[in-house]
Amino acid sequence: MKRRDFFKSATVVGLATILKPETIASNNSISVQSTPDLVAVMGGEPDPMLICAMKELGGIGKYVKKGDIVVIKPNIGWDREPEMAANTNPELVGALVKLCKNAGAREIIVFDHTCHNWQKSYENSGIQKAVTDAGGIMVPGNDESYYREVDLPLAVNLKSTKIHQAILDCNVWFNVPVLKNHGGAKNTISMKNLMGIVWDRKFYHGNDLHQCIADTATFHKKPALNIVDAYRIMKSNGPQGKSDSDVVMLKSLIISSDFVAADTAAMKMFTQVQPTDIKDVRHIALAEKLKVGTQNLEKLNVKKIKMN
Amino acid sequence: MKILKKIRIAIAILLFLPILLYFIDFTGKLPMQLHVLLKIQWIPALLSLNIIIIGTLLLLSLLFGRIYCSTVCPMGVFQDIISWKSRFFSKKKKKFGYDYKKPQNLLRYSILFLTVITFVLGSSFLVIQLDPYSIFGRIISQLFLPLFIWGNNILAAVLSGIGKFPIYKVEQVEFVTLAFGISLFFFLLISVMSWFRGRLFCNTICPVGTFLGLFSKISNFRITINESSCNHCGTCQKVCKSECIDSSNMSIDHSRCVTCFNCMTVCKKSSMKYEFGYKKAVVEVAQKPANNSRRTFLITSGAVVSTLTFANVKKQIGKKDAMLNRKPIMPPGATNIDHFSAHCTGCQLCVTKCPMQVLKPAALQYGISGIMQPHLTFSTEVFCSYECNICTTVCPSNALKKLPIEEKKLAQLGVAKFRKDICVVYTDEKDCGACSEHCPTQAVKMIPYKNGLTIPEVTENICIGCGACESICPVRPFQSIYVEGNTIQINAKKPPEAKKFDKKIDNFGF
Repeated sequence: MKRRDFFKSATVVGLATILKPETIASNNSISVQSTPDLVAVMGGEPDPMLICAMKELGGIGKYVKKGDIVVIKPNIGWDREPEMAANTNPELVGALVKLCKNAGAREIIVFDHTCHNWQKSYENSGIQKAVTDAGGIMVPGNDESYYREVDLPLAVNLKSTKIHQAILDCNVWFNVPVLKNHGGAKNTISMKNLMGIVWDRKFYHGNDLHQCIADTATFHKKPALNIVDAYRIMKSNGPQGKSDSDVVMLKSLIISSDFVAADTAAMKMFTQVQPTDIKDVRHIALAEKLKVGTQNLEKLNVKKIKMN
Repeated sequence: MKILKKIRIAIAILLFLPILLYFIDFTGKLPMQLHVLLKIQWIPALLSLNIIIIGTLLLLSLLFGRIYCSTVCPMGVFQDIISWKSRFFSKKKKKFGYDYKKPQNLLRYSILFLTVITFVLGSSFLVIQLDPYSIFGRIISQLFLPLFIWGNNILAAVLSGIGKFPIYKVEQVEFVTLAFGISLFFFLLISVMSWFRGRLFCNTICPVGTFLGLFSKISNFRITINESSCNHCGTCQKVCKSECIDSSNMSIDHSRCVTCFNCMTVCKKSSMKYEFGYKKAVVEVAQKPANNSRRTFLITSGAVVSTLTFANVKKQIGKKDAMLNRKPIMPPGATNIDHFSAHCTGCQLCVTKCPMQVLKPAALQYGISGIMQPHLTFSTEVFCSYECNICTTVCPSNALKKLPIEEKKLAQLGVAKFRKDICVVYTDEKDCGACSEHCPTQAVKMIPYKNGLTIPEVTENICIGCGACESICPVRPFQSIYVEGNTIQINAKKPPEAKKFDKKIDNFGF
């Protein structure tokens, strides 16, 4: 996938250079070459951290083309305030909507198949306001009629499932989870967040949760990027949290198009706060086995940035 | 004096429309405060012992007659609309078709008497089934609301098909056969009665109407007929929807008059007056008493008492799963089963306002007395929301006491019962944890089991019985974790907080 992307970009850049040589500065093609596989930023507010990371990744224009329909899938599972870190940070989601808007997206759709009442969750998470203020639209995920059956040929247990039409019909989508402890899956990061794009979650719990989560990550239409919100993380009593004692400020952001790499990096960050064996978050290893991505961060081009 | 009728209609519309819309509003757009309009309904006010409202309503009845029936009671106004509509379908094109009828004293006083007696003896059955406001609430929530939701969903489906989301699909009201059947029965009964006979229901069956009739008999202001100017034309009699004016004898049965002022509007001789008429009343009251009512009373009370005993003995024996025999789960704020069953009139307001749709009208879960009273039933993603106390704030009869959100979070509606032998972690040896994931207090917690697996454990004293665990448990049809209702809603302990982490993390960790 990476190599193909590279060739594509290289061809585009090459052609562009021939056609409009003066507009293409040489540093552009260099940045394509050295685009990191994973970017981690620490120490800033959600908005500037996202802008900083996206710059490293070659700019939003690399992912969102003019006229695109874009879907953003944050975690909006719970009727909780932003300070509880039960849902993705609204500022981060708002900032991403703004970036997409500036890149010329025709429509920016945000949704989640929530666990709590969807209207209350959309509202109290602060995400509804952030999204509509930035020019995006919120669509519901609470009804089976919004979902369509999709085959997962590479999956082990979850051979097919119903996925939200917004994801199926868009040009590009971003997976924007929040880093949390989780009672069932041990931790929830980018792959666990995919349970919000499917309709039937009960099947997961009845048929080896971790395998089903890994299976979902084999879905052919992958997100352009997994943008892991670690501004506030939930270290315990996840996924809902009981009080603000469960919340820790990390002021961090991890971005990668590789599910497994993003989740591995996030786990390494998480375990500094709450020691957790990544092996217990079984879906990470199971997904690697299904060739979804790699846990070996050494092999990847990782860019770490500290902001002040 | 036409102005009186206009005022009556204006007040009736002003009260009826908001109440109707409030019951139908499935979007939650109308202000929740509208429930104050329901606090002034007779039975809810009586049951919540709201002295000010009871006093005011009584005083109004003593002064002006049954204006409650003609303006405040939504069931009454609903009947007026039906009987008004019926005129457009009348074959003979005659404008009005009422006639004077003798009062059904035997029937109405027996029903009133029985309702009071059974209530005092501890069964709310008749109060619930006959309170006119509650009947109205049930007709709207069981019969009309589903139609609106259905219409909304068709429209939403069409619009979402073309990628537009101005309105959203809403979960349809769950069909409860008994609740639907009873509501339909009363809807048909009252519609037919009012179509042909105006306020017949109010004057024969409705215990509130009969009760207020006792006061309007002696009310200060009342409709009177000027004997010297009346020419017995009978016009007033034909428009009287209570069928209580006897034009030939120039007498009015004030116990049945709902002060609608229709008669005054049509009288060409202006012989009808609404005036201070207490003195005359004393003479007129010499009606014959309900002499046969004792027999009817004995028969009916016998029947009721036997159903009561049956209701209390009722037990479902022989069903295999413990879940089927569980105690019903009362809504938050019900405090205990005695308070709840004596105060709830089954008006369905909380049911229609519950954003999670976890409240449903009971069939026989509370016994025969409690048919229509709300209880919680959990299904996939349907459970009592931790952050919500709406039902406790809207209850007009104080059956659900108002709980501030912090108190509601501790109100233990029931306790989760975990059955390890059917849990998927035990049977399949695979991770699940759905129950714990959804538990807002972590009363259901995952503890180490074996091979890195974790299995649920319930800490009963912090469980609030919200049913989130039961709603999501993948084991079906009988979940491996379910909620057993509390007959007394005690306060759960505050869940212990996690240890705060206050070190600063400076490294990425990779």
